[in-house]
Amino acid sequence: MKKTLFYFVHPVPRKSRTNRRVLEEIKLLPEVTVRDLYETYPHFHIDVDFEKNLLLAHDLIVFQHPMYWYSCPPLMKLWIDEVLERGFAYGEGGEALKGKFWMQIISTGGPETAYQRSGYNRFTISELLRPFEQTAELCQMHYLKPFLIQGVRQLSDLSIQDAAEGARHYLQDAINGKVEKFSSI
Amino acid sequence: MLQHSLIYLTAAVVMVPLFQFLGLGSVLGYLIGGILIGPYGFGFISGAEEVLHFSEIGVVLLLFLIGLELNPRKLWNLRRPLIGMGGAQVVVTAGLVTVILLAMSYDVKKSIVIALGFALSSTAVSLSILRERNRLNTAMGKSAFSVLLFQDLAVIPLMAFLPWLAGAGGSTEGIIPFRAIGAVLLVAFLGRFLLRPVFRLVAQTNLREVFTAFSLLLVLGIAALMQSVGVSMALGSFLAGVLLADSEYRHELEIDIEPFKGLLLGLFFIAIGMSIDLSVVKIAPGSVVLTLFALLAAKIISLMLIAKIFRFDLSENLLFAIILSQGGEFAFVLYSLAQSVGLITSEDKNFYVLIVALSMATTPVLLKIYEQTFYKIWSRKVHTYNVEAPHSENNPVIIAGFGRFGQVLGRILHTLNIGTTVLDYDPGHIEFMKKFGWKSFYGDVTRLDLLEAAGAATAKILVIAIKGPSTSRLVAELVRERFPHLKLFVRVETRPDAYAWINESVPVYRDTLGSSLEMAEDVLKSLGFGAYEARKVVRQFRTHDEEMLRRSARHAGDDKTLLAIARQSREDLRQLMEDDVKRMRDLQSEGWG
Repeated sequence: MKKTLFYFVHPVPRKSRTNRRVLEEIKLLPEVTVRDLYETYPHFHIDVDFEKNLLLAHDLIVFQHPMYWYSCPPLMKLWIDEVLERGFAYGEGGEALKGKFWMQIISTGGPETAYQRSGYNRFTISELLRPFEQTAELCQMHYLKPFLIQGVRQLSDLSIQDAAEGARHYLQDAINGKVEKFSSI
Repeated sequence: MLQHSLIYLTAAVVMVPLFQFLGLGSVLGYLIGGILIGPYGFGFISGAEEVLHFSEIGVVLLLFLIGLELNPRKLWNLRRPLIGMGGAQVVVTAGLVTVILLAMSYDVKKSIVIALGFALSSTAVSLSILRERNRLNTAMGKSAFSVLLFQDLAVIPLMAFLPWLAGAGGSTEGIIPFRAIGAVLLVAFLGRFLLRPVFRLVAQTNLREVFTAFSLLLVLGIAALMQSVGVSMALGSFLAGVLLADSEYRHELEIDIEPFKGLLLGLFFIAIGMSIDLSVVKIAPGSVVLTLFALLAAKIISLMLIAKIFRFDLSENLLFAIILSQGGEFAFVLYSLAQSVGLITSEDKNFYVLIVALSMATTPVLLKIYEQTFYKIWSRKVHTYNVEAPHSENNPVIIAGFGRFGQVLGRILHTLNIGTTVLDYDPGHIEFMKKFGWKSFYGDVTRLDLLEAAGAATAKILVIAIKGPSTSRLVAELVRERFPHLKLFVRVETRPDAYAWINESVPVYRDTLGSSLEMAEDVLKSLGFGAYEARKVVRQFRTHDEEMLRRSARHAGDDKTLLAIARQSREDLRQLMEDDVKRMRDLQSEGWG
């Protein structure tokens, strides 16, 4: 059982179908600390010390976010920039996150077929996620295989419900140590 | 009376600008003016003694103002130059002058008396020169000031010493220091506890002249009290100034007293000029000139020696010596006392009073010569000592109006240790802020002199956070005319108030806008908007609203157009928000999340 910290990262959840449903499912899991980054820091003023303490108190760090321009929404990037400090997360004396786990639950507009050499996005999701994989690596964290919900544009309400439940089960597996580590190299 | 006033004023108005123009300074202008109108000049006015006595108030006020600029802590920091340098100066100068007088075959006692009198410089002359040349805050200026202050202190024991020297037996005034200390403590006590409520009471009458009258009464009252316990009026009022230096009414006091000081000090110099007995010069011109130069030389040499011992910049030594080279008003007092206890004859007294008075007149001339010659030679080095630590009041920010609006900025600046001068017109307000350890000054911000005293000449930013649009406009007008370098930030209450400022490109802040927007954000959140989304909507509204305000400002006064703009704007905003919602929807439907 890994103590789990879950970050929900979406600028306008009111207008999201998929991600909001996923969040609702995740909230059903007991003993997962759920944080909503845009709700907590609408003015982009991150309480770094508070966030660091949260990290210290958990083993598995999960981010749920839509794919924006082949990356995460900007507040999550700011969180990475500010919270994962040298001397804390990496660099000399920066071993606070060593041995912890990093995982992402990601929604993409395009279908799986778009994310391959022949598709219009040309790169696979795991190639595009390499900056995150390497971020975890530098922090000496274990990078777990991300959970993907793709082609959300075409998903029916029913499929969305399936995807959301799938995400919950996947996270439950990760908490129980049943999700494999992943390397794109 | 009227005729006399006319003569004094004419002398001042004619001579001072003339001497300023010649680069010889105002002091010499007054002195020469005094000689001309006095009994030994054209003889318009006699009775210099009386005028001199009255105009000594000018010296009292001068020292009070100097004291106001020095709080007890700063004074304490001066203790070493004060006692060391000041003490050394009096001893060395008096010693050297005594030797010269002995060489002129005077007897010992007489030499000592005259030398002691001449060792004391003129606070009025020296400080006027230092102030006029903006040198009071330089290292040299501070040293000169320390020396002058020590001399003022030294007068007290010297007055007791003369009768003793005359063999009139030990001084019976042993209790003087005791009573003097008591008086100082009394003033300190009253200044701390009684002054503020009284000032507030007076300020609340809203009658400027009563406030001015009270300020004068306060200074002169303290001076009189000090004199009654044997402290010189000048020293007493200086101490009073120091004790009031931390008071929030300081700037107001400064402003009220400054013009009186200027006029009375001018009158004082005129009176000195009037008392210069030129008939002595006619009888024995040689000995007057010779004595004058011998004593001046002795004093300048001894002062340079002191400066050297206390290690000034070489180029400043001579300046320091010249500024302090003259004999002063205390010499008149000492010589009169010496005559009365029989140490010197009345001829001696008249002769040396003349020498001292002439030495006051030579100072500006020597200074001019110095500046024309030595200063130019040394000027290449000047920049090294022109860079002085800024005066503590050189605050970059002035906040006018320290109500609930101005306070927020003030607190932020305070936290960041950014020097901030605060002005407010509400005595109750200042009182309240004082409790929280704030330093604010009472006064009407539309007064040029208050802005001046608050350091508008050196500040960078003036924040006008007062209520009342017309007052704000008045302040701005004044500032543009006199301190055009000041960057303005203005609080306004209504949109129409903002128009004029916007058209002048002055940043304005509607005082309730920020909090209403914050509230709107929270209300939206309660309605189910995400925090970030609510923020975005409000931000967008704000941008739009500011744009509309700028557009309206261009049509200020044209109600029809303004109404049309307001209508159009409402429509625009609705459209904008709709577009935004649509954009969000598109974002989702395009599958971004």
